[in-house]
Amino acid sequence: MNDMRPLERAVETKEIKFECRDCQVYYGDTHAIKDVNVDIEDKTVTAFIGPSGCGKSTFLRCLNRMNDTIDIARVEGSFLLDGENIYDKRVDPVQLRAKVGMVFQKPNPFPKSIYDNIAYGPRIHGLAKNKAELDEIVEKSLRRGAIWNEVKDRLDAPGTGLSGGQQQRLCIARAVATEPEVLLMDEPCSALDPIATAQVEELIDELRESYSVVIVTHSMQQAARVSQKTAFFHLGNLVEFGETGQIFTNPKDPRTESYITGRIG
Amino acid sequence: MTDATAQGPDASRPERSGSLIALDERTRRRNRSERRFRLYGLIAIGIGVLALVVLLTSILSQGLPAFQQTFVNASVYLDPAKLDKNGTRDIEEIKKVSTFGYAPLIADAMDRKMESLGIDPEEFGLSDKDALEMISKEAAAQLRRYVIANPDQIGQTVEFRFLANGRIDGYYKGRVTMESAERDSNVSPAQLRLADELKADGALGTYFNWDFITAADASENRPEAAGIGVAIIGSFYMMLVVLFLALPIGVAASIYLEEFAPKNWFTDLIEVNISNLAAVPSIVFGILGLAIFINYVGLPQSAPIVGGLVLTLMTLPTIIISTRASLKSVPPSIRDAALGVGASKMQSVFHHVLPLAMPGILTGTIIGLAQALGETAPLMLIGMVAFVREYPGAPPEGFFDPASALPVQVYNWTTRADPAFVERASGAIIVLLLFLLCMNMIAIILRRRFERRW
Repeated sequence: MNDMRPLERAVETKEIKFECRDCQVYYGDTHAIKDVNVDIEDKTVTAFIGPSGCGKSTFLRCLNRMNDTIDIARVEGSFLLDGENIYDKRVDPVQLRAKVGMVFQKPNPFPKSIYDNIAYGPRIHGLAKNKAELDEIVEKSLRRGAIWNEVKDRLDAPGTGLSGGQQQRLCIARAVATEPEVLLMDEPCSALDPIATAQVEELIDELRESYSVVIVTHSMQQAARVSQKTAFFHLGNLVEFGETGQIFTNPKDPRTESYITGRIG
Repeated sequence: MTDATAQGPDASRPERSGSLIALDERTRRRNRSERRFRLYGLIAIGIGVLALVVLLTSILSQGLPAFQQTFVNASVYLDPAKLDKNGTRDIEEIKKVSTFGYAPLIADAMDRKMESLGIDPEEFGLSDKDALEMISKEAAAQLRRYVIANPDQIGQTVEFRFLANGRIDGYYKGRVTMESAERDSNVSPAQLRLADELKADGALGTYFNWDFITAADASENRPEAAGIGVAIIGSFYMMLVVLFLALPIGVAASIYLEEFAPKNWFTDLIEVNISNLAAVPSIVFGILGLAIFINYVGLPQSAPIVGGLVLTLMTLPTIIISTRASLKSVPPSIRDAALGVGASKMQSVFHHVLPLAMPGILTGTIIGLAQALGETAPLMLIGMVAFVREYPGAPPEGFFDPASALPVQVYNWTTRADPAFVERASGAIIVLLLFLLCMNMIAIILRRRFERRW
């Protein structure tokens, strides 16, 4: 895997996966996201950083319309995924979510077996024709989730019986099992210990080969470690968006600088 | 904290002594009030347990004798000349012989029994007719049912257990004494003495009373024959109706309200009304059932289908409230997880939320059913309090036949004059309590089995 990296770094610009323009989100009367414009590239890890309540998770949840489940949330603006607006009336959110997978802050495996946790998505989307194909998908996903070796002997054991870090990797494996194009991660390591965090970060770096990954994180070190692009949110505004190296070494906006040096947040 | 530092240590802790061994007044007061509260709790539980013990002892001591019954053993000759004059053994012909036709057979059987034992009723100062009165009036019907069920026995002599008269039965259960018999027009001390003699010879005995569980109700003057068979079937049919209507409707309604319905004034209104409905007195549902199901729709009176519909209406709020509570208790992260992998709303509910809520739903349903099983008032209004002698047919026609119900049967018997019915009513209560106990056990077992952690 690592030997491919120089090749990728050589590529100057990548295809844009998500093009978000003039995005606004309201929770009732609260204006939670204000005029956000962001381009998320394919096969790139994009990190959203910012203090609590700045709207980064809200914005992330817009990208696969998870905010639809919140009655009072209202989303405006255009979110173009491969040129199609995901908030178009004709778009079925279910189909969208198969394309844009999500991993949540708290590991939330289904209270079913490890196998069923992974197989659930492929089953409801009809990705496997028979049991053999399904087995293959499960194995492939668990390998991608970097958890195969730990669970291959106990696929029938309940997913809830794993440790926190294993559960989170199981959830990542579950998310990639449906072959998404974009993977959204909402603070995936905030409930994990440093070792599990390192494993998940390693995994994110590998996932970049095949997906566009968007990660929300509170840890600036984590953003610096895993991402190529970083977006800094503050009070619902996108303050600065750019190459991770540039954001952390040479921020243009004074607010970004204050945040990464620990003066606000 | 800031207050304490502002006031200084002396001002903020005036009462505390330095030692931990010696309790200060404040702590002692607190401990006293805690002990007092525990005592109140124990007293409350004690009162509850005492009430339960008194209730159960009274019901058991009154009701258990209902499961025992005094019978007279005699061999009866099923005379073809009386039962089947044409000798065709045609069941329709045999049915034409009424219970009056059987009375002589029983008289004959009793005569021969006494003779064989060397007992002469005259010695007790009793005529043959007096001696025959010791047998229940139900005996002829009992024999007739046997013959209709076994027509091939006609012409044979069969050993038969005739129900003894309720007063004779009461004598062996301590309800009737020689003194009370003196003043009783239905039984004389001489008859009791004869019964004792018969018992000594083994012609009269007390046996387990299956008839109490299987037989139909009996009229005022033959309590010994009364059973709860029709009531059990009626209650069972009603429970079937309630289960098959209330469970799907209740669960569907709660899933919609909890998971799909938008939150607006209309759903709020529905929610409030469901809670109100749960508090409506059950007799109101009875009036509703009478007005709608019987008067308007024209369903038959006393039918389990009407009872079931009324009880369904009554049980629905219970089921909806408990189902919604258990749906609410499923963590939202499970819903997010399902939606996150691209499940539709319905898939997330049916594949993940509902299985997790299942134990709660089942418990709520069974508690609702148990509540419906014990309900009396609405059933009285729709005519189930009637005297029903015929067993309802097999479902589905049986749902439209008249039937009784267990709690109504209990009520019915307590209104009758003969003290023997008190025993019957208590016996029926025991059966009802057993059913309720079983249902609660099932609820507990289901909850244990389906409970999953997440």
